[in-house]
Amino acid sequence: MKQLRQTPSQTVGPFFAYGLTAEQYGYPYDSLMNQSLVSIDTPGERIFITGRILDGNGVSIPDALIELWQADPQGQYRTAPIEHNTATLTDRRFLGFGRMGTGTLPDGQFHFTTLKPGTINDGSAPHINVMLLMRGSLRNLYTRLYFADEPAANAQDSLLNAVPAERRATLLAHRQEVNGEMHYVFDIFMQGPNETVFFDL
Amino acid sequence: MTTQPNVPVPDLEVHPSHLSPDYKSTILRSPTQPLLPVRELIRDLSMPVFGQSVLREFDNDLTKNARINGEPIGERIKVAGRVMDDSGRPLPNVLIEIWQANSAGRYVHKAEIHDAPLDPNFLGGGRVLTDADGRYSFHTIKPGAYPWGNHYNAWRPNHIHFSVIGHQFEQRLVTQMYFPGDPLFNYDPIFQSVPKHARDLLIAKFRMDWTEPEFALAYQFDIVLNGRKSTPFES
Ligand SMILES: [Fe+3]
Repeated sequence: MKQLRQTPSQTVGPFFAYGLTAEQYGYPYDSLMNQSLVSIDTPGERIFITGRILDGNGVSIPDALIELWQADPQGQYRTAPIEHNTATLTDRRFLGFGRMGTGTLPDGQFHFTTLKPGTINDGSAPHINVMLLMRGSLRNLYTRLYFADEPAANAQDSLLNAVPAERRATLLAHRQEVNGEMHYVFDIFMQGPNETVFFDL
Repeated sequence: MTTQPNVPVPDLEVHPSHLSPDYKSTILRSPTQPLLPVRELIRDLSMPVFGQSVLREFDNDLTKNARINGEPIGERIKVAGRVMDDSGRPLPNVLIEIWQANSAGRYVHKAEIHDAPLDPNFLGGGRVLTDADGRYSFHTIKPGAYPWGNHYNAWRPNHIHFSVIGHQFEQRLVTQMYFPGDPLFNYDPIFQSVPKHARDLLIAKFRMDWTEPEFALAYQFDIVLNGRKSTPFES
């Protein structure tokens, strides 16, 4: 069977914002996805995924792009197409895909609005797929966010169990109530003693 | 799996290393621990699907999508190609997002400090979806080279940034398309981060037969995504 060589990866560079996240950064172009994985009318209790991406010196990275892709509270991934109006909040269905640059909030923070994913029928614990791109990174980095307040489900999760025990905590987001909102804090460490576990797909 | 005699096996390791020290920003931003192999643990995770309505008029024509008082300055070009998985199967309905500098080598981005003119009629952002045969095409202005701060007198070769969302989770690709014969290839650590044997995969082919007479030169840039999910079982 013929096997073509893949197109090599290159860095997203520092100047992606007006192409990939134009509305967030205030450029005159529309965005298909943004920091909200729900529309105003999507039913369900909102949670917020917040955090920072830290380099090897522990300095927050202000020119990264983070994408989330997750199942809805019933454990289903969206299969309906994303249409032009989806990100502009006229589709009540859960979107499940979000994208945000770290250059508009103080200290390189990201802040996503979503619903807590349900258990997917493959037996994995509730989780969010995370894709990370930035200047200084020549390839996408893939990881997963799990919820620290789901210890029983996490203990059964085959991917988490494949992570060396001492590094599992790097994939856990911690619940924090902020002004009555449910935040899950997920800091991503590129290097250092808490280096986040990244995946080889 | 058996290989035909005399048919060279292509070297399939085409991607850069995460750490490529000549590209200095990788030093503090690349993982130091081995990546966790998860091929057997993340199966059949589809990516979102995009409907035709995500495209608006001129999304695939960067010479037209940001006009204010005239045409953008520079050399009009057409870029076209196919998106396939690595067994050669065309991938329809793939979202390709593009961004680039203008003909003077200047990005619209606010943090860009290169002293070259902005073009009031050029943004440099666009998007396309592949058709049923995996084909795409767009028109733009050929981007200029620009200096950057990696080392003394560092310049990027002319390039267009591509973001590609394929059908499967592992088919998310961000890359850059270069132009044939660029004299800066030998001096660019980002281009050189790719193994030598695979660098040609990032260089568009000039297509005289695709040029639009009296209007625009044409380049072909095919994109091959990770296709492991479509590989038949090997036993
Ligand atoms: Fe660039």
